[in-house]
Amino acid sequence: MPSDTLSRVFAALADPTRRDMVARLSAADATANQLAEPYAMSLQAVYKHLRVLEEAGVVSRPPGRQPRAVHLEIGALDRMDDWIERYRRRAEERYERLDRVLAAMDEEPPR
Amino acid sequence: MTVIEADPAVPIIRVSREFRATPAALLRAHTDPDLFARWVGPDSLRTHIDHWDARTGGSYRYRSVGDGGEWAFHGCFHEIQPGRIVQTFTYEGNPDGVALETLWFDDLGDGRSRLRSQSLVDSFASRDAWLTSGMEAGLTDGHAKLERMLTDDLV
Repeated sequence: MPSDTLSRVFAALADPTRRDMVARLSAADATANQLAEPYAMSLQAVYKHLRVLEEAGVVSRPPGRQPRAVHLEIGALDRMDDWIERYRRRAEERYERLDRVLAAMDEEPPR
Repeated sequence: MTVIEADPAVPIIRVSREFRATPAALLRAHTDPDLFARWVGPDSLRTHIDHWDARTGGSYRYRSVGDGGEWAFHGCFHEIQPGRIVQTFTYEGNPDGVALETLWFDDLGDGRSRLRSQSLVDSFASRDAWLTSGMEAGLTDGHAKLERMLTDDLV
């Protein structure tokens, strides 16, 4: 995933309402009306959040019968995990070098 | 196990890991330039310390050299105390960018500590660039290792 796509996913998830929507969609698809229910905001505001998630590729609304169900694109989140995992592995490699330096320090006390 | 967390609300990367060492030893490995140069990495590059004054109000500059390239970094030690370092960090390839880094050395007893670090960058875009940067260095590392294994007839 190019980093600008990654940025869009991160930005889409930077909002607590959108994170909550994603959490609820991970259980099951839902219509915009169903998604709007627990929030004290207009349906229009909910659609705005959905558009941000859709543009980031986090959710899709497959064409079909109205009302269309919103579907979580789990792949987008997996790819984000991939990037974080690679970063994590690089940090782990650095800390394994630090492990070795710390172990060597035990043998050569402070000058 | 290294744990990474990209905060969704603020452009922060958090990293934490446990070490079989005291907080004092971890502090020394972060403030003694010879020790620091031995682990900051990556594997395929050598670290040259150009300037190092690890005191509150001091500063540093180092370069990672190798692979026909050179990457330089500098920053200020804002505060150094036994359990915590606060410093700034700039990659000179992106001279306008600066991260504020806080490192904590938590004592877990029995000669163990937890290193927690937090890097605050100036935008989500630069945070995400950070997360995806170094990819090439990582790949180069992997290739170099493969090359060594091939040379040593291990593959």
